[in-house]
Formats: sequence, C-alpha cells, structure tokens
Amino acid sequence: MSYSDKVIDHYNNPRNVGSMDKSSADVGTGLVGAPECGDVMKLQIKVNPQTNVIEDAKFKTFGCGSAIASSSLATEWVKGKTVDQALEIKNTEIVKELALPPVKIHCSVLAEDAIRAAIGDWKKKQEATKPAAVQTVQ
Amino acid sequence: MSTNGNKATLNDHEQRTAPNGIKLPIYMDNHATTPMDPRVLEEMLPYFMEKFGNAASRNHPFGWVAEEAVELSRERIAKLIGASPKEIIFTSGATESDNLAIKGVAEMYREKGNHIITAVTEHKAVLDTCKHLEKFGFRVTYLPVQKDGLIDLDDLKRTMDDKTILVTIMAANNEIGVLQPIAEIGKLCRERGVIFHTDAVQAIGKIPIDVNKMNIDVASITGHKLYGPKGAGALYVRRKNPRVQIVPLIDGGGHERGMRSGTLNVPGIVGLGKACSLAMEEMPQESVKLAGLRDHLKNSIMSRLDEVYINGSMEHRLPGNLNISFAYVEGESLLMGINDIAVSSGSACTSATLEPSYVLKALGTGDDLAHSSIRFGIGRFNTEAEVDYVADRVVETVLRLRELSPLYEMAKEGVDLKNVKWAAEAH
Repeated sequence: MSYSDKVIDHYNNPRNVGSMDKSSADVGTGLVGAPECGDVMKLQIKVNPQTNVIEDAKFKTFGCGSAIASSSLATEWVKGKTVDQALEIKNTEIVKELALPPVKIHCSVLAEDAIRAAIGDWKKKQEATKPAAVQTVQ
Repeated sequence: MSTNGNKATLNDHEQRTAPNGIKLPIYMDNHATTPMDPRVLEEMLPYFMEKFGNAASRNHPFGWVAEEAVELSRERIAKLIGASPKEIIFTSGATESDNLAIKGVAEMYREKGNHIITAVTEHKAVLDTCKHLEKFGFRVTYLPVQKDGLIDLDDLKRTMDDKTILVTIMAANNEIGVLQPIAEIGKLCRERGVIFHTDAVQAIGKIPIDVNKMNIDVASITGHKLYGPKGAGALYVRRKNPRVQIVPLIDGGGHERGMRSGTLNVPGIVGLGKACSLAMEEMPQESVKLAGLRDHLKNSIMSRLDEVYINGSMEHRLPGNLNISFAYVEGESLLMGINDIAVSSGSACTSATLEPSYVLKALGTGDDLAHSSIRFGIGRFNTEAEVDYVADRVVETVLRLRELSPLYEMAKEGVDLKNVKWAAEAH
C-alpha cells in the first residue's frame, strides 16, 4: 500500500498533538474507535463561549498512518470555525484532501465522528452550565 | 502478513546509507522470503542458457546433463532431511506442496477414513486446502494452540479416531517462529497408522529435520525460504515403512513418478539443491549466530521500552524469529515510522482482510495487541550493526507514537482500557 505525500506529511509532522483539560467547561472531548479495531482517536476542541468559535484543537490517535493524518487534518480544519461550521465537515472531504484509498475510508469516518463527538461533549457541558430556567423555556 | 510498503521505491532506497555505513533499507523479513545466496545463483546460471535441456529427454546429452543436475539436487535435498533421493518430488513451491500432500493423501486414503487433523495456526496453504476438502465430505479438526503457540499433544491424541487418515502440523510457524513438537506428533501418528504431513518450509535449513527420527511421512519444502530461488519447491513422500501414496493434482507426462507431471524447472531445482547443501553445511554455526542476533535485538528493545510483549514461546522457536507487540501503538503506523526497515505486522491495517493476525489471536493475544505486533525475521545476511540500527529506530518510533497515542495516555493516567466503553465496538 502506498501513502499520499499529504498522509506522510501529517504522519511525520502531526499538527496539534496534545491534550487539553477535559474537565474545563470550554473544552469538548471526543473519544471514538476501539483498540480492538485498531483505531482510537481523541479529539479535543476549545470553544469561545461568546462566539462559538473553536479557538484551539488537539488530538491523539492510536491507529495507522491514515488515521493519524485524518485526525491531524481534522484539528487543522476545525480551528477558527464556529461549532456549526465544524459540524459541516464531511469525511469525504478528508478522503479527497488526503487521497485516501478505499480501505482507509473508515479512518476519515472516524475523524468526522471525533469532531461530532467533541462538539457533542462541549454542547452537553454548555447545556449543563446554563441556568435551569433557560433550559425549561423550550 | 503483508509487508511494509511505503511509497518510496527500492531504487530510492538503494541510494541511501545510514551514518554508520549501513545500507538502507534493511531487509529483516526473512520469513516472507530470503534473498538468494550468490553461491546459489552461480550454480543455477548455466542451466538457463548452455545447459537448457529437458531433464525428461532421455536420448541426448542435453537431456542427460539436465537430468544429472536434477538428480544431484534430489540427493542434496534428501540428505538435508535424512531421506532417500527417490522420496523427493519437485513442485513449484510450498503452496503446491501443501496442496499435493493434503489433497493427494486425502483422495488416496478416503476409503480408509475421512478425518484430517490440523491446527488453527497453520499457513493458509494448509488451512484453505483443508477447508476445500470439507466441501467434499472430509471432516477436519482444527486443533487450538496453547498460549505459547504449541499444540497440546493430549488434544491431538483425543482427537484421533479410527477414521483419521492424516495429521498435518507445521514444523515452524511463519509468523511467530514457534516450533511444534514434530517428533512427538510423528510418534503418535506412527503408532496409530496415521499419515503425518508437515509444512516444513520455515524449518528446513534452519533447524535439524530428520524424517526418519521424527516419523515424518510427507513434508513440504520451498527454495525461497532458505536463500534459494522462488518457484522451486519439493515434497518429501515416504517410500517405505510405511509406503505413502498420493494422488497427483497435475496429470500429464507422468514426471516425478507420476505424482507431479510437468517439465522440471531445472535451474530452480539446481538452486533449491544448492541452497539445501549450503544449509546443511552452515546450519550449526548459522543458527547460533541468528539466535544471538535475535536475542540481542530482543534485549536491546525490551531494556528500553515498557509494555512490550513477545508472542509465542521463546524456548521452542526458530533462531531468527522475533514477534513482538508494542502496546498502545498500531502496527502499520509503526511500520510507516521505520520505513527504512523491511519487517511485517500482524495489524489488520496491513492485511487484505482488515482482520488482525489469526495466528496471534489463536494464542489468546487480544485484538489490540495483535494490531500492535511486528515480526522480525533475521537471516543469513543480517549483521549486528543492522540489528543495532533496527532496535534504535524501533525504540524511537514507538516512543514517538506513544506520545501520540490516547491509549498510552489513558493507561498512564491509570485508566483500565478493558473497562472503557468504547464508542465503536466494531469496524
């Protein structure tokens, strides 16, 4: 199997590797995949509560080079986007950008799942911190 | 197992030399295939051009010269395994030998019985052949293996019944290098009048194999695992005490005593023979050297990394084999990081089926550790300097990937990964 230059570049120089405080109210954490399947991605976002803009993103990935590259790329793409814009990122765009072969499409799916999971986690925290009265208005 | 296949071509790599003068890439995947020994090639070369005759041409010197070379090879192969030359049948390689042995015995003895015993860690050439026979009324028992990769002889004894016609168990495993108790299996089979076939392609030339002492009735051999050519293999078929008969897979001119028709691949056969005679001469020293290099590699890696696990028995193992799982690091990503070293991984990502190694799973290795496994196959032409380089590159890459691994981070935080409810439990 051969890797595209972009996959190799992300593998050799992964962007935004690291971890953020998952207990922080502004941080959303997505942990997707399973060790038995050979892929686990942790993607974290730090969101500005006033603007809903993702100001920072970090990842750590257990997986093949394509999984590492997909999650590295995902952190680059979500940074600077609003939460709603980030939710629009599709796995097919990751496949295209990294020129992933068909057997590696699941890596891109996992990266999209990780973005959604991180945003979901952040949203849940936002709901929880809102005053009870606001929540019942709906 | 498939191999490390990064984008750069071999030609790109040929230009490269490590700072300490080592030529890159380093080949350390000698269970997949071995480089040909130059002494083998030298002996083969005349048989492509000036000595091109057909070994079956009985009426002129061109044929005689070829036949003489073939018969010398037969003797050399036979000598290596304690057989007589007439018991050696030439084939195209290991897969054909395994097919011929298993299907040939099954068909010949089907009136005697329809039960075949093998093991779950066998090569696919054996397993798929057995599966094929199941479609034709044969009953196959796939013995499990113990944690160290060896079959339990009591399991074998219990499974044999009056319908058992064939036991096929490999001598040495291609992934984990584990050596099965061939002599004990042979004895059990002989006592019960059951034919014993062994896929010995990884073992022959690496460890002593004696078909009489070990009561082996049929054995598969191939050239390219012992520094000989690809496309040249052999099958040992016992001729007496007891005489074993097999039905051919390929019908035709009645070559190889009717068991394998087809014009003989004379240059390949010459190479296989030479490879066997070199192995015979050099095995005593070579096996000591390989085991030394292997242990050096193992110690050099394990002294610098935690949570590294050896797959399979260290005691009953081919001298040049090391199969290690690096917890929290996925095998294919590790191969990508050491792309100037040719090794293999049991990771699903490197296989066509997207399933991790069935051999490692059979040992009870969890899927997570199977995904993290690397097979090192040290061979005749590897040096200590190469082993040092490989160990350094593996250690630095594992450390780097662990920094990138959420599993390593969680484990260090004291999270028990077995208790985590993972978001995706299936692919």
